Amino acid sequence: MLDDFFIRALIAGLGVALITGPMGCFTIWRRLSFFGDTLAHSALLGVTMALTFELNIPLAVFVISSIIAVMLLSLQKNTRLPGDALLGLLAHSSLAIGLVVIGFLSNIRFDVMGLLFGDILAVNNIDILIIWIGGTLILIILKLIWKSLFAATVNYDLAEAEGMKPDRANVIFTILMAAMIAIAIKMVGLLLITGMLIMPAAMARNLSDNPTKMVILSIIGGIMSVSFGLFASLEFNSPSGPSIITAALILFLLSLINFRKSNKIKNY
Amino acid sequence: MKINNKKTLVKLENASVEKNKKILVKHISLEVKQGEIVTLIGPNGSGKTTTAKMALGINKNFEGNVKRFTSQIGYVPQKVMIDWTLPIRVNDFMQLTSKINPEEINEALIFTGVDHLKNKNLNELSGGEFQRVLIARAIAKKPELLVLDEPVQGVDFKGEISLYELIRSISEKTNCGILLISHDLHVVMSATDYVVCLNGHICCSGTPKKVANSDQYRELFGDRASTMLSIYEHNHDHSHSTDGTIKKNN
Repeated sequence: MLDDFFIRALIAGLGVALITGPMGCFTIWRRLSFFGDTLAHSALLGVTMALTFELNIPLAVFVISSIIAVMLLSLQKNTRLPGDALLGLLAHSSLAIGLVVIGFLSNIRFDVMGLLFGDILAVNNIDILIIWIGGTLILIILKLIWKSLFAATVNYDLAEAEGMKPDRANVIFTILMAAMIAIAIKMVGLLLITGMLIMPAAMARNLSDNPTKMVILSIIGGIMSVSFGLFASLEFNSPSGPSIITAALILFLLSLINFRKSNKIKNY
Repeated sequence: MKINNKKTLVKLENASVEKNKKILVKHISLEVKQGEIVTLIGPNGSGKTTTAKMALGINKNFEGNVKRFTSQIGYVPQKVMIDWTLPIRVNDFMQLTSKINPEEINEALIFTGVDHLKNKNLNELSGGEFQRVLIARAIAKKPELLVLDEPVQGVDFKGEISLYELIRSISEKTNCGILLISHDLHVVMSATDYVVCLNGHICCSGTPKKVANSDQYRELFGDRASTMLSIYEHNHDHSHSTDGTIKKNN
């Protein structure tokens, strides 16, 4: 009943959900969803670079996204443009340059739709390997910087004063974001990757009263979204990436019902 | 008189901060030693928080010398905003920067009178309750240096007095040094070893009595501020217990 490609898609998707769970929580705690978007847009530039110079795609995406992320951090310190304007500047310039480069690559057959919306059903064994090895590394590093990153998220000054080294944690986290986008882009695509980050985490927020619980629920939400989305995709022949995000949206909406109920009890 | 063999915890020498071509504080020299309470007073915008952030190493763009001789620091910032998206309970918050065992957490929360809020979410607390939690968090880790930036803002009057008494007793009990920023002149004057009066630079400094009688202090805060000290001085034959009653000292 289940085909090979489907099993592969499921294994890849579950791997991605394990990473986007905790990363997504930090993304909404730190108000970085537009930042995630910017990195995802810059991924297009990474992909075109990879195609031009025949590099490994995730690696090229990781390098380009990291450069954009580090540029953003230094621009934030050195200009007076507000953060959202800076993000827009970087997001759209890297998107534009990426598209211009694609224009020159007329001799290469290039699946733009797959890049924008993901093509999880086309993942091969190497993709799975990249997702699981890269994902494990991301999670290990995240675990190592967890305490200082979390303290920096709650209050930068407090973290700095009490020796938690928040600057270092922020830079490492930014690079982890770039790495996550690089390995997840094939699955949900660059337009939808932020949705995969935000939605399970937002759902988890409605159901949790402490950070650990929120991370765990966010991972579970991601796993459910991937599973439901993929089954729907198989059943109704809908596009896989958008199906996963739609499943995540439905889970979020369901969590709202519970959230309102528990709030009512509290107010009563 | 101060005994001079106490360990210095933080020392600022001629430290100045300039931001966007505007001088925020200039030539600040001060030092906090073990068991000592140093208080920064001054009008809004006089550089109190800037000075504290410099002492803590949060503000790194300064000229002059800042040396810290301890890494065991507890900090109560002036403003802490917890985003709604972050679900965090008092109990999690207490362990934010170091591992603290449950008894120590309870003890600190009982100290500041908020042990009943241990499992509440930070978003559910009132301003005064949150302030008490912030103080509890800073003292629970038993720091060598406590930096308190307007620690009792939003706390009710009764609580204010008992929290200042608490701060005083912490310094006596644990021998930690305290750098305090405060607006409550009368309390400052009663509970401080050394006062630094700031207005972009150090206007005057010394024992509370010396500062209160100085002309610069009168200029900055008005004549009434000096009377505050005298009111206090004439009343220091009693003490305040936590339930607000006044006890006559023997």
